[in-house]
Amino acid sequence: MRNFFAFLSGGLFGAGLLVAGMVDTKKVQGWLDVFGDWDPTLAFVLTGAVGVMFFVWMVAQRREKSMLGSPMPGAFPRLVDRNLVLGSLLFGAGWGMAGLCPGPAMGSLSFNGWQGWLFIIAMGVGMAIAPRVKDWLSALDRTKLEVPPCENIPEEERALAGNTSRAVAR
Amino acid sequence: MHQDWIWGLVGGLMIGAGAGVYLLVNGRIMGASGIIGGLIDGSGRDTVSERVAFLGGLIAVPPLLVPLYKVVDTHVTSSIWVIVAAGVLVGLGTRLANGCTSGHGVCGISRFSLRGIVATAFYLLGGGLSLVIFRHLLGVI
Repeated sequence: MRNFFAFLSGGLFGAGLLVAGMVDTKKVQGWLDVFGDWDPTLAFVLTGAVGVMFFVWMVAQRREKSMLGSPMPGAFPRLVDRNLVLGSLLFGAGWGMAGLCPGPAMGSLSFNGWQGWLFIIAMGVGMAIAPRVKDWLSALDRTKLEVPPCENIPEEERALAGNTSRAVAR
Repeated sequence: MHQDWIWGLVGGLMIGAGAGVYLLVNGRIMGASGIIGGLIDGSGRDTVSERVAFLGGLIAVPPLLVPLYKVVDTHVTSSIWVIVAAGVLVGLGTRLANGCTSGHGVCGISRFSLRGIVATAFYLLGGGLSLVIFRHLLGVI
C-alpha cells in the first residue's frame, strides 16, 4: 500500500514537471538567467505547488499519524547553519550550469539521452561523497575551536570548556 | 509561449498534489534529493521499497504523457564536463543542504520553514551567479 501511493506520488510529481515544462533545461536556465531572456514560468510552477502544499500542511499539522498509520514527520531542524547555505549555493551553481535538479533529472531520464544518464551518475557521485565532505567540514571546525583558546585557561575551566563543546557537538 | 505560465501553474498544482499524497498518506516529505540520497548513502535503508516505488513513478509516468506533445525537447547540453560538474555539484550541494527544489522549495516554503526559505534564497542566488559566470562571462553554457 505504501509503495502504491509512493508510486502515485512520484507519478504525479513527474507528470507535473512535464506539463509545467520543467524538464526543459532551457526554461529552467531561462528563469535563472536574470540578465538574459528571462522566463518567469518557474515562479508559476513553484506558486502552484507551494499553494497546494500550504493547505496540505494545515491538514497535516492536525494529524498525529499519516493515513496509513505511520508517524508524521516532525521535529524539523531549525538551525540555519553553514552546510545549509554552502550546500544550497553549490547546488544552485550546478542547477544553473545544466538546468537540471534532482526531480526533473529523474523525470526526464527516459527521454533525455545519454546526457540524462551521465548527469544522474555524476549526481550519485556527488551524493556519495557528501557525508565525507560533511565530516571534513566539521573536522575543520574542531581544529579551529580546540587549538588556540585553551592555552591560558586553568585546568578545571579547560575541562569544563571541553565538556560544553562536546555537548554542543552532540 | 504566452500560455507557458498557465501550464506552469497546472503542473505546479500536480507537483503539489504529489507532495500532498506523500505527506498525508505516507507521512513523508517529498524531497527528490533526499529520496535518492537515502538510497545512495544508506541512510534510508529502512524505507528502500518506498523510495524505489516513488522513483519508479517519477521515471515511468512522464514518458507516458510525452506522446501528447509533438516534441519534448529538453535542450540538454552535450558538453560532458558541464554535465559532470553540474551533476556532482547538484548531488553534493543538495546533500550538504539536506534538500533541493522539492524538499526545501515546495515542502519547506509552504510551511514557512526558515531553513527552506534560506536554502531557496541561496540556491536561487547560486543559480543566478552560475548563469552570469558560465554564460555571460565565460560563455561555456
